Amino acid sequence: MSDLLSQDFLVALISGGLVAAMPLLFASLGELVSEQAGVLNVGLEGYMLFGAYLAFVVAYNTGSEWLGLLAGIVAGAAASVIMAMLCVRLNLDQIVIGIAIILVAEGATSLLHDARYAESRPSLGSPSELEIPLLKEIPVLGESLFSQHAIVYVGIALAFVIGWMLRRTSAGLSVRAAGERPEALDAAGVSVTATRTWATLCAGALGGLGGAYLTIVGAGSFTPFITQGAGFIAIVIAMLSRGTAPWTIVGAVLFGMSLSIATALQLIGVEIQTDYVQMLPFIAVIVVLVLFARRSYLPSALALPYVRGEK
Amino acid sequence: MRARALRLGEATLVAAIPIVLALVANGILLAALGRDPFAFYGDMFERGLIEWQGFQESIIRSAPLLLIAAGLIVAFRANLWNLGADGQFLLGAALTAGLAPSLLESLGVWPMLLITMAVAAVAGGAWTLIPAILRGRYGVNEIITTLMMSFIGIGVANVLVKGPFKTDVGGVARTDVVAFDERFPLLFDTRIHLGFVIAVVAILAVHVLMTRTSLGLRLRVLGANPRAALHAGLRPVRLTVLAFAISGALIGLSGSVEILGVQGSFRADFNPAYGLLVIPLVFLARLNAIGSLVLVIAFSVIQIGGESAARQAEVTSDILFVLVGLMLLFMAVIEYLRVRLGLGMRFVPPEVAERLRPPSGEGGAATGEPRPAIGAGEVGSR
Repeated sequence: MSDLLSQDFLVALISGGLVAAMPLLFASLGELVSEQAGVLNVGLEGYMLFGAYLAFVVAYNTGSEWLGLLAGIVAGAAASVIMAMLCVRLNLDQIVIGIAIILVAEGATSLLHDARYAESRPSLGSPSELEIPLLKEIPVLGESLFSQHAIVYVGIALAFVIGWMLRRTSAGLSVRAAGERPEALDAAGVSVTATRTWATLCAGALGGLGGAYLTIVGAGSFTPFITQGAGFIAIVIAMLSRGTAPWTIVGAVLFGMSLSIATALQLIGVEIQTDYVQMLPFIAVIVVLVLFARRSYLPSALALPYVRGEK
Repeated sequence: MRARALRLGEATLVAAIPIVLALVANGILLAALGRDPFAFYGDMFERGLIEWQGFQESIIRSAPLLLIAAGLIVAFRANLWNLGADGQFLLGAALTAGLAPSLLESLGVWPMLLITMAVAAVAGGAWTLIPAILRGRYGVNEIITTLMMSFIGIGVANVLVKGPFKTDVGGVARTDVVAFDERFPLLFDTRIHLGFVIAVVAILAVHVLMTRTSLGLRLRVLGANPRAALHAGLRPVRLTVLAFAISGALIGLSGSVEILGVQGSFRADFNPAYGLLVIPLVFLARLNAIGSLVLVIAFSVIQIGGESAARQAEVTSDILFVLVGLMLLFMAVIEYLRVRLGLGMRFVPPEVAERLRPPSGEGGAATGEPRPAIGAGEVGSR
C-alpha cells in the first residue's frame, strides 16, 4: 500500500482529477449563479454539448484553442437564450424546457458530427500547457498542479471572483434576491426578468465553456454524447455548494478525482472496477444528506416563475 | 357531455399541433442535411406502422416505455420529480436477468417470471425510499436526490452484472441468456409478448388510481398544494413515500419486462436511457394516463420506424432526439399561447368556454371568486 504515496500515482490522481474536474467546475459555477437567481437549468447538459461541438469545430478549423473555447462560450450562451426566452420571459416550466434542450442538443450535435466528421474522425493536437516556473519544480504538486492548461487557472480564479461578486456586489445581491424573494427585488426597482435572464445566460456561457474544455483540453475530439451526464453532476455540485461559489471547486475536484482514481490505481498495479469508484461521490453525498438533512438547501423561489402581483 | 367531448377534442388538438410542428421542423433539418424529408417520413411510417413486422416491433418497444410512463405519472401528478427512472429501470433489469437463470433451474418458468417481476418492482420502489423520505420529512429537493440515486443504481446494476451475476461464458460481461421459450409467452401468432399486456393493464390501473380512487385524489391534492393537503388532514410524508414507491415499482417492473420480453440477458453497460424520452411524452399527454398510452405507442412507431428510416437515409438515428426535444419545446409554447390568448376558445360557446378556461388564468386568479358566487352576486345587485 506504500505505493499509494508514490509520485506516479499522486501525479496521475491529482492532474487527472483536475482535468476531469474542470468541465464540472465551469458548468456548476454557471448553474450556481442561475440557481441563486431562481432558474434551474436542467438543460445544462445541453449547453455543454452545444459548447463542446462548436468549440471542436472552431478549434479544428482555425487551429486556435482559445477561439475554440470562445466558440464554446458563445454556443452555450446561445442555447441558454432559448431557456431565458421560454422560462424567464414566458414563465414556462423550467424542467420541461430543460429536458427538451438536452434532447435537442444530444440529437443535433450527434447529427451534425455524423454528417461532417463521421468518416474522418479528426482530432486536435495535444493541448498546450502553461507551466508556472519555480512552482512547477515542487515534487508531485508541481507536476500535477502547476503544469496545466491556462484555462484551469482561469476556472479556479473564476470560482473566487463569482463567489466575491455574489456576496459583495450589488449585482450579486440582485441575483440572490431574484432567487430568494423576487417580489422584494421588484419592489426595489430592479427587474427580476433581466436579472434572471443574465443569470441564465451566465449558466449557458459557463456550461458551454465546460463543454469546450471537454473536447479541446480533455478528449481532443468530439464524440456524440461526450458529456455523459456531466451536466447533471454539475447541477448536483451547484446545489450542494449552497450558494458559496468556492465550494464548487471542492465538489468538482472530488468528483473529478473519483473519475481519475481508477486510472491512477492501474498505474501502481491495482485493478479496481470503475463502477465502484464512479458511484462513490454520489453515495457520499447521499450519506451526507441522510445524516445532515436540513431545510433551505436552495433559494426559496427556485424553479418558480415570477409573476408580478401574484401571491 | 358536450363540454367533455370538446375538452377531449381540444386536448387531442393541443397534443397534435406540437407533434406536427416538430415533424415539420425536423423535416427542414433533414432537408438542410440534403436528405428527402418526405422519403424519410414515408419510410418511418411504413417500417414502424404499416409493415406487420415493424408494427409488432413498435408494440414490443412500447411495453417498457408504457410502464415507465405509468410510474412517472403517479409521481408527477403528486408534483414529485422522479428523475431517477434510468437507475430504477436498470436495477430491475439487472436483478431480473441475474436471478432468472437460477430460478428457472429450481422452480420453472412461471414462478421465475412472477418472482423476478416482483423483485424488480420491489427494488425499483425501494430505490426511491431515500429521496422520498428526504423530500417528505426534510424538504430536500428530490430532483437532485433521485438523479444521484439513479447514478448509483446504474453503478450497482453494472457491479452486479460484472460480479455475482456474470456468466461463465467469455466475451463481454453479461448474465446468462434466458432462452426464448422461457421468456414471456407470446400472444397468439405474433411476436408481441405478455409484457405488453402487463404494461397496458398497469397504465390503465394508474388511470383508475389517479382519477377514481381516494388515494389518487389525495396524491393530486398533495401535488397541487402540499400545505392544503396538510390542512385537510393528509399525511404528506406518508403520501410522498407511497407515491414514490409506486412510481419506482412500476419503473423497476419495466426493467424486468425489457429483459423477459426482449433482451433475455443484461450486458454490461446496457442503458437505453428510456427515462429522458418518456418524460416528454408524459408531459405531452398532460400527465393523463390514457393520453400517454396513445402517445407512447405513437412514439414507439416513430422510434422503430425512425431507426429504420435513418439507416435508409444514412443519418444517425439520434435525429429522433431532436424530434422529441422539438415536440416538447413546441408543446410548451403552444400551452403558453393557449392559456395566454385563450386559443381555440373563440369557436366554443361562451358558457362552455367558461368551464374550459384553466382556473389559474390571468385575472381569474386575481378575483379568486368561485363561479357560483358570481351568479349570486348578480342576483344580489339587482
